[in-house]
Amino acid sequence: MRIYLDYNASAPVRDEVADAVSAAMRTRFGNASSVHRFGQEAKTALDEARTAVAALIGADAPEIVFTSGGTESDNAAIRGVAHALEAKGRRRLVATAIEHEAVRATLHALDRRGWRTTLVPVGSTGVVDPAAIERVIDDQTALVSVMLANNEIGTIQPVAAIAAMARAHGALMHTDAVQGAGRIPIRVKELGVDLLSLSGHKFGGPKGVGVLWMRRGLSIDPWATGGRQERGRRAGTENVPALEGLGVAARMARQELADAGPRMAALRDRLDTELVARIPGAAVNAGSGPRVPNTTNVSFEGVEGESLVIGLDLEGIAVSTGSACSSGTLEPSHVLRAIGLTPHRVQSAIRFSLGPSTTAGDIDQTIDAVARVVGRLRALGGGRG
Amino acid sequence: MSGGVDSSVAAALLVEGGYDVVGVSMQLYDQEQGDARFGTCCTIDDLHDARRVAAALGIPHYIVNLERRFEEVVVGNFVREYAAGRTPIPCAHCNSELKFSTLVEQALGFDATHVATGHYARVTRDADGRFRLWRGADTRKDQAFFLFALTQAQLSRVMFPVGHLAKDEVRRIAQARGLAVADKPDSQEICFVPDGDYAAVVDRLLPARRAGLIVDVAGRVVGRHDGVHHFTIGQRKGLGVASAEPLFVVRLDAGRQLVTVGPRAAVDSTRCAATGVNWISGAAPGGPLRAEAQIRHRHAAAAATVEPIADGRVTIAFDAPQTAVTPGQAVVFYRGDEVLGGGWIDSPPSA
Repeated sequence: MRIYLDYNASAPVRDEVADAVSAAMRTRFGNASSVHRFGQEAKTALDEARTAVAALIGADAPEIVFTSGGTESDNAAIRGVAHALEAKGRRRLVATAIEHEAVRATLHALDRRGWRTTLVPVGSTGVVDPAAIERVIDDQTALVSVMLANNEIGTIQPVAAIAAMARAHGALMHTDAVQGAGRIPIRVKELGVDLLSLSGHKFGGPKGVGVLWMRRGLSIDPWATGGRQERGRRAGTENVPALEGLGVAARMARQELADAGPRMAALRDRLDTELVARIPGAAVNAGSGPRVPNTTNVSFEGVEGESLVIGLDLEGIAVSTGSACSSGTLEPSHVLRAIGLTPHRVQSAIRFSLGPSTTAGDIDQTIDAVARVVGRLRALGGGRG
Repeated sequence: MSGGVDSSVAAALLVEGGYDVVGVSMQLYDQEQGDARFGTCCTIDDLHDARRVAAALGIPHYIVNLERRFEEVVVGNFVREYAAGRTPIPCAHCNSELKFSTLVEQALGFDATHVATGHYARVTRDADGRFRLWRGADTRKDQAFFLFALTQAQLSRVMFPVGHLAKDEVRRIAQARGLAVADKPDSQEICFVPDGDYAAVVDRLLPARRAGLIVDVAGRVVGRHDGVHHFTIGQRKGLGVASAEPLFVVRLDAGRQLVTVGPRAAVDSTRCAATGVNWISGAAPGGPLRAEAQIRHRHAAAAATVEPIADGRVTIAFDAPQTAVTPGQAVVFYRGDEVLGGGWIDSPPSA
């Protein structure tokens, strides 16, 4: 019996999604750009997926560009805006210190090529202060990119307030909403952003598909040139089956959010409370800020997070030390450092991320297992000198 | 699991023996710098090999990041030893400080009872509960030399599933099970020293260093050098000294940056001292001990009298002169195939 609490790395594919993908692979193999009816059927299926994804974020279907995932969406948004506004003398890029690697590395690459990038610190709450962003936005700013919800600690950022500031300075606003979808309601108009990234596999869709939402009228250069797919912005034959799956996942996420959100929040809060109550030296990281309902990050004093993750996996419980995109490196989490945790507390942190199908029994077993494994590791002096 | 054939077969034999096996590989260096910097073992490709073998065996596999500890304990010591005019043996440090301490502790944290490796060595347990360490059955592959520092507590937790096998048999077992690593070449070099160029590693990690003089046994200056870490005792090639008879390095004095060279006979010695001595039994013998002492991995153990002189210190008197007794290397004491203990060859008192 295995318990999966790593939805922020990847959510299990929903059965309905797997069925839709499988059916589409068998029956809708036509090229969506073809004239014949095979092509027409594929095109219709794409339209439906686009409509479902648009509905998830309160957007219009033509504003949806399908991509290979969150990383491509972030790259396309940031590089596209940077290049588009360069001619207008806007060569400054602003983001927070806790963005995902896809944003950080892209900004870093542009920084090396002459753009000025500023990463605004966040306090111990894990939530950036809009006033701190306002201080660095100027009339040379091309883009402000602030994630909707952090992947490691789950904190929700004041994207709408920041978007208003960006607009006031004539800058564009992008948000990486990859960890928001399926966790909290997303309405692009209320957020007031210009671009928004989503990833299919974080809310029950297939891997390898994602979305860049671009406000109607926004023009950036195509990032893959070739055919006329995705209105010419991203050429290449569409992955129709996976995108059909994405559409199904989006529809289901939207339908169940009202129930699933509070349910996940209650379970997550119980996890926090019990871990802290039962395990001395356990502390929730950035637990006071507004957080998406499925995520918590907890440090266990004197224990290596890496050892704890392995120990829990051997007990049948899947969690992670933080971003799966950073595993394999010893580089301590930039997010946990940014919120001011001591190096020891950073090294002893693990992330639990729940999903709509997580049960109370899962959480109870997890609490017991964490207490057991932490106790065992501590008896050995943390498993590491 | 290093990704080599020995640890892969060790894991396979345990799985077939009904053990509940968890595969663990050590990540020892920053893999992004991997290829250019490192040699023959524990590269990212090896970690992938280990993962694939574990998958084929149906066991979980984890990569434990020990970069920092490896850098401190193994690489750091290696560089300091060379800079101090000694010739270190990092594999023994890696075994005692990483594999059989840090890794064993971690494994216990995962509720494992034992740690198994692919070493060619054997452990037995006496009726009174005491553990003994023996050479591997394959004399050409025997690795017990590198394990002399194991304590009774560590020995109680280790298993060497291929220790009773010959290398050929290990490869045959791997082939029979279709393990992709069956024909992978043995790693011969020190894993973090590409192309066997030790001095380059020392130069890179410890750039500050002094050149010095090469003198003969009578103290006459015969040449110059770029640092004592370029030399090891008994070395003949690359001295850059012209001489009628062959010259060998007989002594390294890092304090004075002196390299002493002399004729073949000057490299021989009948005595040495060792520090950091570990006795496998857990207790030093009460007096002088007759044993065979081995001063290098590839040295034929030679009859000697080992005399404990203080805590963790011994003197070794060989029955016959031995060539190139090298400070920094291990000296390991055997009785036949049994490992009795060992220590680190000490630098001779400065002349």
